[in-house]
Amino acid sequence: MAVDFSQNHFVLFGLEPAYLLDLAGLEQRFRALQQQVHPDNFANANAAEQRVAMQWAVRVNEAFQTLKSPLARGRYLLKLRGVDTLEETNTTMPLDFLMQQMALREALSDLKQSPRAADAVDHLEILQSDLNAEEKALFTHLAVTLETNLDEAAVIVRKLRFLEKLREELDEVFALIDA
Amino acid sequence: MALLQIFEPGESTAPHQHRLAVGIDLGTTNSLVATVQSGTAVVLRDAANRPLLPSVVRYDASGVAAVGYAAREWITRDPQNTIASAKRFMGRGIADVARYGTLPYAFVDAPGMVRIQTAAGVKSPVEISAEILRALRAQAEAALGGDLVGAVITVPAYFDEAQRQATKDAANAAGLHVLRLLNEPTAAAVAYGLDNRAAGVFAIFDLGGGTFDISVLRLSKGVFEVLATNGDATLGGDDFDQAIVRFWRERYNFAAAGLQDAAALLVAARRAKESLTNEPTAQAQIALSMGQQLAVKLSREEFVTISQALVDKTIAPVKRALRDAKLGVAEIDGVVMVGGATRMPHVQEAVAKFFKQTPLNNLDPDQVVAIGAAIQANQLAGNKRGDDLLLLDVIALSLGIETMGGLSEKVIPRNSTIPTARAQEFTTFKDGQTAMALHIVQGERELVVDNRSLAKFELRGIPPMVAGAARIEVTFQVDADGLLAVSATEKTSGVRAEIIVKPSYGLSDEETAAMLRSGFSHANEDKQARALAELIVEGKRLIESINAAIAADGATMLNDADRDVIAMAVEVLESRLSGQDQQQIKAAIEALSNATEDFAAKRMDASVAQALRGKNLNSLVL
Repeated sequence: MAVDFSQNHFVLFGLEPAYLLDLAGLEQRFRALQQQVHPDNFANANAAEQRVAMQWAVRVNEAFQTLKSPLARGRYLLKLRGVDTLEETNTTMPLDFLMQQMALREALSDLKQSPRAADAVDHLEILQSDLNAEEKALFTHLAVTLETNLDEAAVIVRKLRFLEKLREELDEVFALIDA
Repeated sequence: MALLQIFEPGESTAPHQHRLAVGIDLGTTNSLVATVQSGTAVVLRDAANRPLLPSVVRYDASGVAAVGYAAREWITRDPQNTIASAKRFMGRGIADVARYGTLPYAFVDAPGMVRIQTAAGVKSPVEISAEILRALRAQAEAALGGDLVGAVITVPAYFDEAQRQATKDAANAAGLHVLRLLNEPTAAAVAYGLDNRAAGVFAIFDLGGGTFDISVLRLSKGVFEVLATNGDATLGGDDFDQAIVRFWRERYNFAAAGLQDAAALLVAARRAKESLTNEPTAQAQIALSMGQQLAVKLSREEFVTISQALVDKTIAPVKRALRDAKLGVAEIDGVVMVGGATRMPHVQEAVAKFFKQTPLNNLDPDQVVAIGAAIQANQLAGNKRGDDLLLLDVIALSLGIETMGGLSEKVIPRNSTIPTARAQEFTTFKDGQTAMALHIVQGERELVVDNRSLAKFELRGIPPMVAGAARIEVTFQVDADGLLAVSATEKTSGVRAEIIVKPSYGLSDEETAAMLRSGFSHANEDKQARALAELIVEGKRLIESINAAIAADGATMLNDADRDVIAMAVEVLESRLSGQDQQQIKAAIEALSNATEDFAAKRMDASVAQALRGKNLNSLVL
């Protein structure tokens, strides 16, 4: 009731709903907004004002997190255009992508077995840079397909979700090596 | 009572009046209290002009015998009743504290949090911390000559929910109104950043007596944005003392027995550690209880050898924080050293080597946290309106929920900016299932058993449906103190349950009552009268703030009906303020507050729109 949660994230930041985004501008607007709504500014306000501030600050944080991440932003744009990316249920993937994923995962699980190996960090860093390159290519592709082919864009978002999970596992192996 | 002098009945409230607020660094080894006076943050000293208060409490049969320096003198003479480093026991179980090494206390196992058997009975770490906070409060009120309106209390960024809540409870028991729990590295960043007008990305390396935090922040024009934080809540200067004691035990074959010897060895180890910062060797004479005089020695080289592993332990969290922030070492503009333990030369060297730059030591590592907390307290107390200071902090540990197979499903990932809220949907797995147990956990591990359990609660009254048909939305909300509330709603029926996640320490009624008694028992104070006075002040301030809001925006944002509703609620509150009934005043305050919620929302919308209008103009330049 208090906060208009139907307002979309782009409108909230006064930005055009587009995949290519001026990130510095987004950050600047994020800070300007938090400077208005953050609960710290309302420590002396009445309970109603504090509740509103809390809701707003949460809302601004959520919108910023969504727009800042290239994957979340793509997913969000698809949602605005009426496409559900079905990441939890639709696991059909192009064969070549799956093969490549399996190879990467295998390499990762080998490293997980022997995190103490002398060259573990080097291998991990190679995997990481492969992952970065792959992601970057997909982001570029996503920007194009969001304008031309939304179904294809949804496939890319699902691929990126795969890579995101892979990155989480990669970080876990890094943590193993550090420990 | 300064609070009442400002808001004497019949007199208008004075918003420009300086309100007494402090920042408190409740440290493992030492604690400090600071405030902002005439625009400058200063550490408040005790009657003997000392800035630090040792975080030590001594008990005797009659109760609290001493706090601070006076208590510290008893560490070796009466170790069992003289508790130091209580912060390390906050929110921790007996298995956790066993990992700290040999400590001279009689620990008692208790649900939720360990207790300590003393001459004054069984004490919880919350009670012990409350004694330290009470002493700091008295020190501050004596120095400032009035009652405090509130305090910002600092906690390690890596403190979990139970440790944060325990800290807040200790403050409340000490009669302090907690304006905010502030992460220690963030506080240090505020003090450092404002002092040096720093801008860029900074790493705050905070190694205290019992905890280690690393936070990576972006500083720009008064905005302190934490990008990532990590740490080790069980690593600190105390562990270096333990390493020295172990070394001496191996080198000198002596018969140390009992708690008194353990305490004497720890004290000597701490002194040796501190003197090695400036000297190549340290030596001491320790009088053991068996009558033996023990001469011990330690060179800096030996100290480095036996403790390098501890120093190295700080690097893994640093790497994780940088990875989470997606930053390389080359992108860090400065590394700020915080905490007494960063004085050790090999800690300085390790940090310099890792970050490939000389760490910044230009603020007193003991005082910088309290100074930062004081700056925020001053702002939160309302002494500085329209200031640019904005702290955007994160939660250090992921929050999740137990799912099938004992797995932890993360709902709010670590390093999420707070305040934050996130909802996730779950469903039933049995036909006709009418209740669902929710188990809230904190930590990064995959299995629930490897994480810390925060709370369990049940959603009941789900209408019977086939398995998988119910739609149970679980919402996690983390406030600006980093504290969590969870609610669950079955969406097809609207059945709802919620819990403020408050870890239960299993404090007995007697313990709770005793804590509250001692919290309010100072200087002939009548608790009831004080509570009523505060409520009246609150009511008056509410009316003032609403009148001011109506004067500013009422004409454009309220219609006649809205105005009437608010005016009526104001009238009710005004009439009750002249009475003595606390419950009635409370109800009227709440009613007025609720009546203005839409108005508050509209004003916020307008201020947000205003903020963006400014930005849109700027963006034309981009």
